[in-house]
Amino acid sequence: MADIGATLDLADRTREADDPHSPVVRFGLDKPLRLDAGVDLAPFQIAYQTYGTLDAARSNAVLICHALTGDQHVVNDHPVTGKPGWWETMVGPGKPIDSERYFVICPNVVGGCMGTSGPASTNPATGMPWGLDFPVITVRDMVRAQAMLLDHLGIESLFAVTGGSMGAMQVLQCAASYPRRVFAALPIAGSTRHSAQNIAFHEVGRQAVMADPDWRGGRYFAEGTNPRRGLAVARMGAHITYLSDAALHRKFGRRFQDRDNPTFSFDADFQVESYLRHQGITFVERFDANSYLYLTRAMDYFDLAADYDGVVAEAFRGAPTRFCVISFTSDWLFPTSESRAIVHALNAAGARVSFAEITTDKGHDAFLLDEPELFAIVRGFLDGAAKARGLPGR
Amino acid sequence: MTMLSRLKYDLTMAEAARGPGGSRVDLLVVADMVQRGARVLDVGCGDGELLRLLESRGVDGRGIELSREGVNECVAKGLAVVQGDADTDLEDYPDDAFDYVILSQTLQATRRPRVVLEHMLRIGSHGIVSFPNFGHWRIRLQIFFGGHMPRTDNLPYAWYETPNIHFCSIKDFRELCHAAGAKMQQAVALNAWGGRMRLKMPWWFWNLFGEQAVFLLSRSHKTIGKHRKPEFPLA
Repeated sequence: MADIGATLDLADRTREADDPHSPVVRFGLDKPLRLDAGVDLAPFQIAYQTYGTLDAARSNAVLICHALTGDQHVVNDHPVTGKPGWWETMVGPGKPIDSERYFVICPNVVGGCMGTSGPASTNPATGMPWGLDFPVITVRDMVRAQAMLLDHLGIESLFAVTGGSMGAMQVLQCAASYPRRVFAALPIAGSTRHSAQNIAFHEVGRQAVMADPDWRGGRYFAEGTNPRRGLAVARMGAHITYLSDAALHRKFGRRFQDRDNPTFSFDADFQVESYLRHQGITFVERFDANSYLYLTRAMDYFDLAADYDGVVAEAFRGAPTRFCVISFTSDWLFPTSESRAIVHALNAAGARVSFAEITTDKGHDAFLLDEPELFAIVRGFLDGAAKARGLPGR
Repeated sequence: MTMLSRLKYDLTMAEAARGPGGSRVDLLVVADMVQRGARVLDVGCGDGELLRLLESRGVDGRGIELSREGVNECVAKGLAVVQGDADTDLEDYPDDAFDYVILSQTLQATRRPRVVLEHMLRIGSHGIVSFPNFGHWRIRLQIFFGGHMPRTDNLPYAWYETPNIHFCSIKDFRELCHAAGAKMQQAVALNAWGGRMRLKMPWWFWNLFGEQAVFLLSRSHKTIGKHRKPEFPLA
């Protein structure tokens, strides 16, 4: 009986990974994804969402690259949680990334768990989820897969590519790997390489997952378990890094949660504790623990300069792309200094670059939040780029 | 008189502060010094008016601006502007990255004007500098008779809140150019109405009656001395 329960649970939990609520492109054995790890992934699939209409000249496509725990559901309700899309403030009709002007595409990254091949997907060789048999992937692999999706959709050249955090890494990699295919690039709160501090945070998160007895060496699907506690702790720790001291203080201070006095226990006395626990619990509903390991690893491995003899500028030498780099004052995970390094490299490469630092106390997550200045800059930059590309005005 | 090299320039006292197309005359003077198709870095580009003017003339323009509002306004206009500080960020630009580096009404607001000037001529083969002339007679009168720091239409700030921390006169700037190894290729003074001064006059006259000055500079050997006449093609 336990086996049946586990099987049902398995089918339920891997459904979104194999047969998602999104359009899917399946690449056969004849079209493998060449991975940096030195292996071919085939067959594999990419799930994606689109918004708006591709114009006749196929010139108005905007690629959105999602962050570590994001997915392709940018402005539609999430099929698992039912919550609104993660970038509804930025994307949609009349929004800075205007789906009435642009054809917006957002694929789920390779290694993800929302329909693009990843460790939660079924390994065709075994009929079971890949788990840790899935090859380790890199940001460049994600971008290669996106290029294959664009080829499939018949989009030779992107009007723009944008994303925050891990999304910004993909933006930079995309512009470096395919300079002729990217007219405008908007990396937000990103970096050309993952810092030692950020690798350290990721390692804590991974260790939390792997320390959960339910992780079972990554074989939790097969064994009918789910390392919820480990993944929730990883998420709690990471979530702190996405905020700022000022934001936490403004939101929660030292206020108690539904009580007037401390309980002299380890209950969630403080609002901030309750909030973090909630963040952890809701995260595990929609995210796969192994995916978390793979995607954090991909970010850790990201170092754009490494492919160009240690000189980031070489990645963008002669790039025709126009860039707009954006950072946030209170972001200590991807601080402004990282964005400035991108700008310096782009300047050294002679690329056309704009850079703005936005004043906010909301930390790294500011790119997802209501930041009017961010919207004005993105809108203005895209308007200018649209004009230069000859797209019709709004 | 040898120290005060004579210049040829025109004086049109009644010329409006805004020229054809509505652009500020000082910006038009700067823009006229830039070759079509050139790569230009405008340091302290403000709201991007000069960059826009340059781009309308087929120039590939980039900007640096300290104020966030200025950057946002520029980016919203589709201009390539980075938020940055002339005093600290120029050193990150590679040699010979631009044909022209422009400091339009910016030099007097920098902490280390000489270092900024030297970086300009390292990053660009030419530099264009415009600044309010502190040697103008009205400023001299205000200090001399008023006994206080001058305030004019072009320099409206009180001394304790002005961003302009390194005022200089045209004469002072020439000395800086010599010290920094900058060769003056062209010089234009603007009168109190913003018009180009078009009379053949010696430097002291400019220094007294020019309210603003615009200089086109190029690299030179440090050995250039005050005795050596700069080249001054007509504005």
